[in-house]
Amino acid sequence: MNERVRRLRERSLQTEPTISSERARLVTEFYSGPGARGVSAVMQRAMAFKYIMENKEICINDDELIVGERGPSPKATPTYPEVTCHTISDLETLNSRPKTSFRVTEETKKIYSESVIPFWRGRSMRDRIFSEMTQEWKDAYDAGVFTEFMEQRAPGHTVNGGTIYHKGMLSLKEDISRAIAGLDYYNDPEAFSKKEQLCAMSICADAIITFARRHSDLARRMSANEKNPQRQAELLRIAKICRRVPADAPRDFYEALQAYWFIHLGVITEYNTWDAFNPGRLDQHLWPFYKKGLEENSLTREGAKDLLQAFWVKFNNQPSPPKVGVTAEESGTYTDFALINVGGLKRDGSDGVNELSFLILDVIEEMRILQPSSMVQISARTPDSFLIRALRIVRTGFGQPSIFNSDAIVKELVRQGKIVQDAREGGASGCVEAGAFGREAYILTGYFNLPKIFEITLHNGFDPRTGKKIGLQTGTPESFDTFDKLFAAYKRQIQYFVDIKIRGSNVIERLYMDNLPAPFLSILIDDCIARGKDYHAGGARYNTNYIQGVGTGTITDSLSSINYNVFERNRLSLKSLASILDRNYDNEEILRNIFLNKTPKYGNDDDFADSLMQRVFEAYFDAVDGRPSPRGGKYRINMLPTTAHIYFGKVLGATPDGRKAEEPISEGVSPVQGADRHGPTAVIKSVGKMDHIRTGGTLLNQKFTPQLLNDEDDLVKLAHLVRSYFRLDGHHIQFNVVSADLLKEAQVHPERHRDLIVRVAGYSDYFVDCGTELQDEIIRRTEHQAL
Amino acid sequence: MKRDIFSSMKDTILDTSAVIFDVKRYAIHDGPGIRTAVFFKGCPLRCRWCHNPEGTETFPDLLLNSTICASCYTCLKLCPNNALGSDKSGALTPFRELCNGCGLCVEACPYDALQLAGRQVSLKALLSELERDRIFYDQSGGGVTLTGGEPLLQHEFVIALMKELRNRSIHSVLDTSGYAPKEIFRRAAAESDLILYDLKLVDEHRHKEVTGVSNKLIIDNLKWAANSGLDLVIRIPLIPGINDSDVEIRDKAKFLAALGNIRSVNILPYHRGGLEKARRLGESSSFDEFEAPSEEMLNMALKIFRDHGFEVKTGG
Repeated sequence: MNERVRRLRERSLQTEPTISSERARLVTEFYSGPGARGVSAVMQRAMAFKYIMENKEICINDDELIVGERGPSPKATPTYPEVTCHTISDLETLNSRPKTSFRVTEETKKIYSESVIPFWRGRSMRDRIFSEMTQEWKDAYDAGVFTEFMEQRAPGHTVNGGTIYHKGMLSLKEDISRAIAGLDYYNDPEAFSKKEQLCAMSICADAIITFARRHSDLARRMSANEKNPQRQAELLRIAKICRRVPADAPRDFYEALQAYWFIHLGVITEYNTWDAFNPGRLDQHLWPFYKKGLEENSLTREGAKDLLQAFWVKFNNQPSPPKVGVTAEESGTYTDFALINVGGLKRDGSDGVNELSFLILDVIEEMRILQPSSMVQISARTPDSFLIRALRIVRTGFGQPSIFNSDAIVKELVRQGKIVQDAREGGASGCVEAGAFGREAYILTGYFNLPKIFEITLHNGFDPRTGKKIGLQTGTPESFDTFDKLFAAYKRQIQYFVDIKIRGSNVIERLYMDNLPAPFLSILIDDCIARGKDYHAGGARYNTNYIQGVGTGTITDSLSSINYNVFERNRLSLKSLASILDRNYDNEEILRNIFLNKTPKYGNDDDFADSLMQRVFEAYFDAVDGRPSPRGGKYRINMLPTTAHIYFGKVLGATPDGRKAEEPISEGVSPVQGADRHGPTAVIKSVGKMDHIRTGGTLLNQKFTPQLLNDEDDLVKLAHLVRSYFRLDGHHIQFNVVSADLLKEAQVHPERHRDLIVRVAGYSDYFVDCGTELQDEIIRRTEHQAL
Repeated sequence: MKRDIFSSMKDTILDTSAVIFDVKRYAIHDGPGIRTAVFFKGCPLRCRWCHNPEGTETFPDLLLNSTICASCYTCLKLCPNNALGSDKSGALTPFRELCNGCGLCVEACPYDALQLAGRQVSLKALLSELERDRIFYDQSGGGVTLTGGEPLLQHEFVIALMKELRNRSIHSVLDTSGYAPKEIFRRAAAESDLILYDLKLVDEHRHKEVTGVSNKLIIDNLKWAANSGLDLVIRIPLIPGINDSDVEIRDKAKFLAALGNIRSVNILPYHRGGLEKARRLGESSSFDEFEAPSEEMLNMALKIFRDHGFEVKTGG
């Protein structure tokens, strides 16, 4: 890393996140002004976007090579009152909360109380959503049965394709004009609304060009006063580049990165889209520019690396727009999930790994910053050297890159109806969600608390926390004389709550479609221009809605415990179990430990437990998959939690797997923490029994201590572990390298960490099974090896 | 009351059943690739540094992890032989001379604080357990490692197992002390795909002193194996104060070099992992505590073997 990048990186790390009132003020000015009157919703959006891009403060900071910020300065984070209007007390919470806080000035609060709140209260999308939801929906939402993504952030979850690298905005505007010219007002009853949509897109294209050119002008002005001749030359180059892109297509590596960055800022300024925006298959898109630059001697490997690192810093400067309440709990992080994909397949099915893929891995390793997130796509065709290179970064314990199975992603997307070439150009975004990049609107609608629904089933439709009846009355515990009858009741409850969730989502989708379209984003995603339709309204070639199932491990182990202890061993009746759970295992430590230690668990390659995981999966899949959405898409499932497993645990009483009330539930498709006791191959076998191909993504976390990855041999074996999981169609695996602190925790609480394997010397063992002397020694070694 | 499982099993060994004390998956330090290691119970040696002390005896051993035990006494009420009691402080105390290894207490212990080292397993059941990780073996060039204890104590089963593995194209590694009658050793060697051959000391007198047995059989079997061109890896535990002197290591390297045909040596540095298990067995006094070898000592050992032309690495 050179000195410039070091400074840029350090500055980004040191800058404190703040709330900027700028965007809220501009959007309020526009909507309350005369320009917003008498025009369609989509035109309002386009004009508001233009107003922001023309009037927002811009900056070019010291040392920067890639320019442009979403706020007036780095980490100054805008708000989106048309989507969700923060109250003064929300702002105060953001300022004072211990985690993921944002500094809020008195000035910001003043602007909020004087103009933003008075205008948007009752008009924001969040307010409208809550006023349109049914009582059943609100009850389930309040109980923590599911969350709703769109109550605070706009539908998004989209990834850039390759268009912007060979087409400038001016050329896209020509496409838009041609589409307008081709409208058939005689035979297409939607012709006029298509014209509105297309005109709005055109305005947005102009707006982003203006925004870039403002940076060009600023760079030129700054260069006039710049004393350092080197920086002066850089500023002049920046001025030239921002004059050219994104109006015209980029011609070289530098222009390509800057073009993407302006587009990125456009998307995340138009809305607070979930998962920001995402350059997707960066190594594929940039490869032609990189190759050409090296061939023509206009670019060096080092130069490309510097630019990529400067580009990386820009992502880190954009914290996730702050959420409040439950939504803050479900994903309490600054990261905004821009997940850069490296490796994978090309459109023709051949291996996509190139020299630049390796260079990007170098960048990831050196930068070690929160944003952007990164992942590698591994297919059967990917060279081992690439996988091992990625694992070498994983070993450093920074949680990136995560590892994805390209072949599984392709199968998942094809099953959903995509053509195979589009699927190969796709990947994963956000946490682990599969999508056809540049061509798909795949909207995550909310997390779904599978163990909570089981708790409601055990209580005959009542939520024991509130005593409120929120589910169906499917029977009291005494009425279930077989496990199958109990499971049938659970299945009905799943179906019932999925229905409620989908009814709500369909309404919300329609609200966005009609009131908050996204004309700028629509320019970028195939085939919104050709169809004359908005991204929110089915303009994309493919449309998918996901409901994310959470708690696979907890629900499986709970069912296993009941099937085993109640129905097979007759240890106790279902009724007494329910009452023990209500008392949170009070005075029942022995029984609780029998549930924890002497009951079949998911994650041990034990078919007794694993077959129950499969049954839950089928019940959930049947309830969701294939149901239509207003945009003309389909509902699908994926299995991931972000951090919702913590929130979902808080609203859940004790569970039959031995978990106590309010503790987190299991995350992703990983086993319950500490429940897997036969090593990683058994975990992989268990998780491999899930039919990943019928999901749009699953998340598996595995913990490793650094000593397990000491030498090259260990890395090779880890690579084989990954390849084996992928042969079982596993979608994703992430390795968390365990810290010395966690090991110390495990010394104090061995019962919570029985899954932790450590390398001793020439062999590995469960950490809790090593004596104190040896544990101390391993902790010392771990501290020593930590970077 | 101690029940010798081998005497009671004499008839059933031919019915291919064995006593093992662990099956460990994702074993990545005991032969090539990702492996499953089967730990056979019983060992004729009594190395003072043994890191699997629960594998030495031929009767089932009861292990008690006192840090996990909650003194709930669930086990105490179940034991048909009164082999469990509690001391003055209330801590659970096994009376191992009364224990017949029935395992009722282990099965019932809610906290998993009690474990039994030693379970009888049929060849058929073991094979199906081993086949569970087949995809990992195939992917990584791994397989099954037979270790212990000393697997050759249960040679009929071990040979049958390796035959069955070969029929299924699963690679098998025999990890042995080499302490077995030559006929048995040769038959077993022929069925294995690779032998991990432990060599503690070359000097017979010292060997007897620290392991309790002469190394004559071990050396003879090793010479035969080297001469027959079998695939061999020599594993040398490096125990400070026992076999870590410069002279001792050089002698060993010379001895191995003279055998010819041996290319690969693994150095296994001593670690204290066995002590905790000895404690759980109530056998702390039978094992010595050593220092872990220093980095310098380890590097010196590696260098000596390297200088003698061996491929050498730490760990398996």
